[in-house]
Amino acid sequence: MANVTIENVCKRFGARTVLDGLSLAVDDGECFTLLGPSGCGKSVLMRLIAGFEAPESGTIAIGGRAVADPARGILVPPDRRGLGMVFQDYAVWPHMTVAENVAYPLKIAGTEAAARAEATRRAVAMVGLAGLEERLPSQLSGGQQQRVALARALVSEPRLLVLDEPLNNLDANLREEMRFEIKALQRTLGITVLYVTHDQEIALGIADRLAVMDGQGHLRQIGTPEEIYERPADAFVFRFMGIANFLPVRRQGDGWVAGEAGVPWTGPPPQRPDALLAAGFRPSDVTLAREGVGMPATVRRASFLGASVDYLIEIGGTLVRAALPSHDCLSRGLLFAEGEACRVALDGVQWFAGGALEGGAA
Amino acid sequence: MSTTILPGAEKASFLPRVGTAQILLGLSIGILVVVVAVPVLLIFLNSFWVNGQFNALDVVRVLSRGETYEALLNSLILAGGVTVTGTIVGTFFAWLVSRTDLPFKGLMKVLFLIPFMLPSFIGALAWKMLLSPRAGYINRLFMDFFGTDTPLFDIYSYQGIIMVETMYLFPFVFIQVSGALERMDPTLEESARISGASLFTITRKITIPLVLPSVVSGALLIALYSMAHFGTVAVLGVEVGIYNIPTLIYEKIHQSAGNFTSIRTATVLASVLVMTAAFILWLQNRVLSRGHYQIIAGKSFRPTELKLRGLRIPLLLFCLAYIGFTIVLPTVTIFCVGLLKTYGLPIALENMTLHNFEYILFEWDLTRGAIVNSLLLGFSAAVITMFAGVIISYVIVKMRVRGKGFLEFLGMLPFSVPGSVIALGTMLAWSGKFGINIYNTAWIILVAYIARYMAFSLKANSAALEQVHDSLVEAARASGATMWQALRDIVIPLVRPGMLAAFFLIFLPALRELTVSVMLYGPTTRTIGVAIYTLNEDGETVYAAALAGVALILIVTGEGLIKRLFKIGMKK
Repeated sequence: MANVTIENVCKRFGARTVLDGLSLAVDDGECFTLLGPSGCGKSVLMRLIAGFEAPESGTIAIGGRAVADPARGILVPPDRRGLGMVFQDYAVWPHMTVAENVAYPLKIAGTEAAARAEATRRAVAMVGLAGLEERLPSQLSGGQQQRVALARALVSEPRLLVLDEPLNNLDANLREEMRFEIKALQRTLGITVLYVTHDQEIALGIADRLAVMDGQGHLRQIGTPEEIYERPADAFVFRFMGIANFLPVRRQGDGWVAGEAGVPWTGPPPQRPDALLAAGFRPSDVTLAREGVGMPATVRRASFLGASVDYLIEIGGTLVRAALPSHDCLSRGLLFAEGEACRVALDGVQWFAGGALEGGAA
Repeated sequence: MSTTILPGAEKASFLPRVGTAQILLGLSIGILVVVVAVPVLLIFLNSFWVNGQFNALDVVRVLSRGETYEALLNSLILAGGVTVTGTIVGTFFAWLVSRTDLPFKGLMKVLFLIPFMLPSFIGALAWKMLLSPRAGYINRLFMDFFGTDTPLFDIYSYQGIIMVETMYLFPFVFIQVSGALERMDPTLEESARISGASLFTITRKITIPLVLPSVVSGALLIALYSMAHFGTVAVLGVEVGIYNIPTLIYEKIHQSAGNFTSIRTATVLASVLVMTAAFILWLQNRVLSRGHYQIIAGKSFRPTELKLRGLRIPLLLFCLAYIGFTIVLPTVTIFCVGLLKTYGLPIALENMTLHNFEYILFEWDLTRGAIVNSLLLGFSAAVITMFAGVIISYVIVKMRVRGKGFLEFLGMLPFSVPGSVIALGTMLAWSGKFGINIYNTAWIILVAYIARYMAFSLKANSAALEQVHDSLVEAARASGATMWQALRDIVIPLVRPGMLAAFFLIFLPALRELTVSVMLYGPTTRTIGVAIYTLNEDGETVYAAALAGVALILIVTGEGLIKRLFKIGMKK
């Protein structure tokens, strides 16, 4: 068992409160991602779990065993929490070879030499570095160094693997490849993985469940990737999950109007009592037509991006972004020029309170 | 310790009252308190507390007494003079080797740094042999040649002392300024040039303001060292009654033999020295932090070079003459005099013998003992200070533990405490006042060396430690290593080059140390520096020169070894 239970944890640095009464439960064997903007305190939470920071109050338990509980005077040092950890900057020891790096946790644990060599060989092979055992880190690429760090974190078969933005410093292709590999390893080994990132794409791609944290260190939503993407709890989560449009929609008489200037709202009416709402939607939720039903709008900017065409559209004085598949645009004569009029229809609108409009389209 | 989490295994350790962090912090504070803070504190106590009462008026009274007042004035005159001449010389040569097309610039740069590794009191000794008014070789040559009784130059004078100190201290400015000139973005000057400014205007309006912080910072370092400098004044000034603060402290301590008034005078002088040093360092810090212009980038540029044209060869010859006059001539003099049968004989082959060297190396207990003492003391001080420096720097740079602020303050202390102050403070602290009396033993010199060289070790080690990213240690902790194991397996191997640097930065200067040892030596604990100094005082000039020659060989060999060692280290 390596479930992680965090209850009411508070962490302050001087006068700055980073985490204020945070609670979170990670199940055994799941890949759990903590997603949030940079500097929101997610790394601090990770460091609290790993034992590099001590909470002011609250409890942290790993596998049912309390590792931090200031009220009871418990603070297990990081070396006795039995977890594997991968750092953002790899933290591969430059004076040790690949094999020495990977074997180090076993050496500390006092594993007997033959078993150690065998486990090291297996871990190195698992991350695809077989044959590079005698290299020094300076002779490896960034991706290879990250694999060393991963092998080192896994070699002693921990039940919990903590990864702190491990793919940040890799280029896009490598990032994707490593993401698949981490996920595959987690499935094979059946371990609990706690993954911290600010990249929603990685988070959605890797997680069984994820938690979205805001800039003040509060958890806004916990759920599966699908839930979070499709049913965001609030505008922050929605905005954080990719490019988001927010269109003001307000009640006027019996109907609804959209945009600052107030063009008639043509979609299904919102089922909420508020007089001012924000309609949230993705660029891909926008359908354009030359005429017919839909809100009247003007194309302000058009960029052909290959697979899709990106439009900036003005609806009643509010600018929103739309992305349409190039094929559709070409086959249906929907390539608009700047300044052309069009009709806009929206799918899958998320309704938020009018306050979400502050900040505009991300 | 198993690295997997066993179900239900309650192996939580309780919040340690005294953890490793506290032990390290305590140890670090302990070392610095015992070795540096207590001695300095005792000096202040001794000078400001009279009969158990704070009395600042009495300090003023001591300072306004004739001899102390004169020493203060002399320190100011000498430091001022050396700072001015050293800054001019240093800036000029720095400009020459970094901004002109002088031939052999790389070699010149190395040569101009040599004075840094040579002990200035040995230089003073050489200049005494060359320019003392009656017996100096150059003066005698001059007087014989022109048939006059007036010597060419009297080295026993303010000008003499300033000249000799300048030769050894100008590299402070040279290093700072040539560094700044090299890092300065040449496009700044080029754009001014394109705007139609003349070279003179560019130099005045752009180059000088940009380099000024480096010039001032180097100048302040010269002032600091000259203020606290013992050797040159002891060899060239004391003879004709020119005392500066450190030499008067020495005089007071050596003449007094425990006399209360003398010790108080010495502590008051030492207090002045500490405060001056702290003020100079503070000033330097301000100048440097203000001078952090964006314009001086970390990158190296290829600066625009001034074409010297017709002056190229004359200026090269001038540089070579300067080096010949300030480095080669004194060094050759030391060896020649060391080979003479008797001091005063003309320097000619028939007057020379290797006997002096043989005698001081193999026969005379005094000199043999001094060499052994210096090697042992230098080595022990270097090893101890190196390790202590690692621990203290580790706590300062890497650990987050309550009470670190105090340690950081203590860590600054060694940088601003001059050698003679260290020696006096150590003497006050370890002469039985606190139950331990190691006065007149080698131990007291060792303790003082540790205090004196702690700053070097802290500097080298914290620079190395800053290169070791925190996550490297955390990765070890997450791998199951305790703090000690992480220190042993990760930190120490990675800072080893810094430690090695610290070792040599201490060992080599300790070999030639004079200021501290001269205040603390006993009948059997002379060091090389002390032996050279006392032999010279006693008129055993040839033996002093021979021993100085041996010291020079040791130092140059040592420096050579380090250079090679680090070159190999770099390649690896």
